[in-house]
Amino acid sequence: MTRDEVFERLTEVFREVFDDDSIVLEETTTSKDIEDWDSFEHINLIVAVENEFSIKVPMGKVTTMKDVGEMADIILEESK
Amino acid sequence: MKELEYPFDGDEIIKKKKGIKKVLLGQEGLMPLKIAVLGGATTNDIVKVTELFLLDNKIKPIFYESEYNRYYEDVMFENEELEEFKPEIIFFCTCNRNITAWPDVTDGLPDIEKKLDYEYLRLEEMWNRTAEKYRCPIIQNNFEYPFYRLLGNRDSWDKRGRVNFICRLNGKINEYAENHSNFFVHDINYESASYGLEKWSDPFYWHMYKYALCVPAIPYFSFNVANIIKSVMGRNKKVLMLDMDNTLWGGVIGDDGEDNIEIGQETPIGQTYSEFQEYVKSLKNIGVLLAVNSKNDEATALKGLERPDSVLKSDDFVIKKINWMPKSENLVSAAEELNLLPESVVFADDNPAEREIVRSNVPGAAVPEIGDRPESFIRIIDRSGFFEVTNFSEDDISRNRMYADNVKRSVSRNAFTDYGEYLKSLEMKGEIQHFVSAYMSRISQLTNKSNQFNLTTKRYTQSEIEEAEKDDGYITLYGKLDDKFGSNGVVSVVIGQIREKECHIDLWIMSCRVLKRDMEYAMMDALVKECMKRGISRIRGYYYPTAKNAMVRDLYGELGFEKLSEDPDGNTVWDFEIKDDYIRKNRYIEV
Repeated sequence: MTRDEVFERLTEVFREVFDDDSIVLEETTTSKDIEDWDSFEHINLIVAVENEFSIKVPMGKVTTMKDVGEMADIILEESK
Repeated sequence: MKELEYPFDGDEIIKKKKGIKKVLLGQEGLMPLKIAVLGGATTNDIVKVTELFLLDNKIKPIFYESEYNRYYEDVMFENEELEEFKPEIIFFCTCNRNITAWPDVTDGLPDIEKKLDYEYLRLEEMWNRTAEKYRCPIIQNNFEYPFYRLLGNRDSWDKRGRVNFICRLNGKINEYAENHSNFFVHDINYESASYGLEKWSDPFYWHMYKYALCVPAIPYFSFNVANIIKSVMGRNKKVLMLDMDNTLWGGVIGDDGEDNIEIGQETPIGQTYSEFQEYVKSLKNIGVLLAVNSKNDEATALKGLERPDSVLKSDDFVIKKINWMPKSENLVSAAEELNLLPESVVFADDNPAEREIVRSNVPGAAVPEIGDRPESFIRIIDRSGFFEVTNFSEDDISRNRMYADNVKRSVSRNAFTDYGEYLKSLEMKGEIQHFVSAYMSRISQLTNKSNQFNLTTKRYTQSEIEEAEKDDGYITLYGKLDDKFGSNGVVSVVIGQIREKECHIDLWIMSCRVLKRDMEYAMMDALVKECMKRGISRIRGYYYPTAKNAMVRDLYGELGFEKLSEDPDGNTVWDFEIKDDYIRKNRYIEV
């Protein structure tokens, strides 16, 4: 899986979770850039990401990822 | 909505809940309901997903959510916010993580009893206080099993084991439920087992987010809570309508003949259908009306039910539509004959094409995806919660008989050319009285599920009804109707509020199974009589239109009320002056 593919699939997940088709993800996108992305929605987002990529995000990384780029790193790392 | 029907895809619901909610909010006729969710763990997504399932039942919840793990404090101490919120349902969303006094292997038996009492009495005190202060239905989670067993299998029977402790605590919760009618147990112990305890209790979600269950299990949890709520609010389905070939038995009776269909103990498929028929028969015993909707030659199809090994017999069904008409039309006409709305029907058919015809032509009717494997039928119908039992009255047990009696009445009606003669022949006896405790659960049930003959569609909880019964400022009347074919049970309820020598009819409902029997006249007579006794000379009637109650739009006019006003939405206010020479309107019921 390439980083572009990860971003493509991630964009879909974000659009569904936040019900907003205009979302475009960048490496540097953070929760500040998406209106509804609070700590509660973060949980749903992680569950949806885990389902999409068939991975389990380790506890230590769930809340420490600082932007979408880091989220992609974790996905690539965990799906090796 | 298809996405929210069992068996659903929980992950999809979690992921798309924002979009789903938007669509559901577009529905008309939503009933607002204030629900306080008092949690012992994070409840954020539980609330959001429960909202979806309630909206799907046309209930629009307004939530109060406690701060994290403040369920106990929220009701035990002064709480202006909650008091002002005036909850109509309080849901204690607790879990085994809230247990603090777990038994220890070094404890003696008396210590363990003390711990059990501590955990239980704390809950009991909380429920009692809630019931007294908020007077609304309470929903309480029981406890799920712990996710590890220190003593292994011994944990189950040894009083020092946590599994044992949970079982005993749940037993005490059940006992409380048995003795308190407005208290409902949300059985997460069963749900977590059904989902898979190991996944359900994944500690990741507790330590990470303080969720007592794994996030993917939330839709299953919320679905079950919503089922309790919609049942308490009278939104249960009433009829199970079944196809015959390959639904009640294996094979096609018209082709195979009654001797060759699969039912009974000879083959695995036959056994499966027998088990399904037994399940259907027990639904009848909890008050679900059974009906048949089958494309067949009637005489041939009925031979299937005449087989000695058929659990279901022809007279188990209150109505049978066996013909070559489209099943959607059969469903609508059957509902009409039963004086019910099509949306109170659940239609079960193994054939996906038939399901689709009904689904697309009868909006509101439930059409579960039972598939074509008979071994799945019970699970899918059962877990869907169409008939979730919260209040279980005598009336539920005898409902099938009452509807069957009604069908007999209509046969007898056809023999009379004069309707008055027919009514006379019924030898009707009415009992119209001030509310009594024996009928409270039936009165509250009727209040919440009557939609057609319902002037104001005001919903009451059982405790509000009990309050009205005790309050001198109210006139409360229930009406029970018997005739030569049997008892119809309690069929009508009136609640009038007395303000300045006027009686305002807050609620007037009647079960549609006794329409056109003079019962509304008998109720009016009784209300007038009670008003006269109390020196009240005017009655005010109110009609608030809904999608379902058009049949009573002119009721007050017919009863001789004068229309005082009508607003653009069609809400009308009526006035009736009680004169000394009031003439009884009911002519056929002996009261």
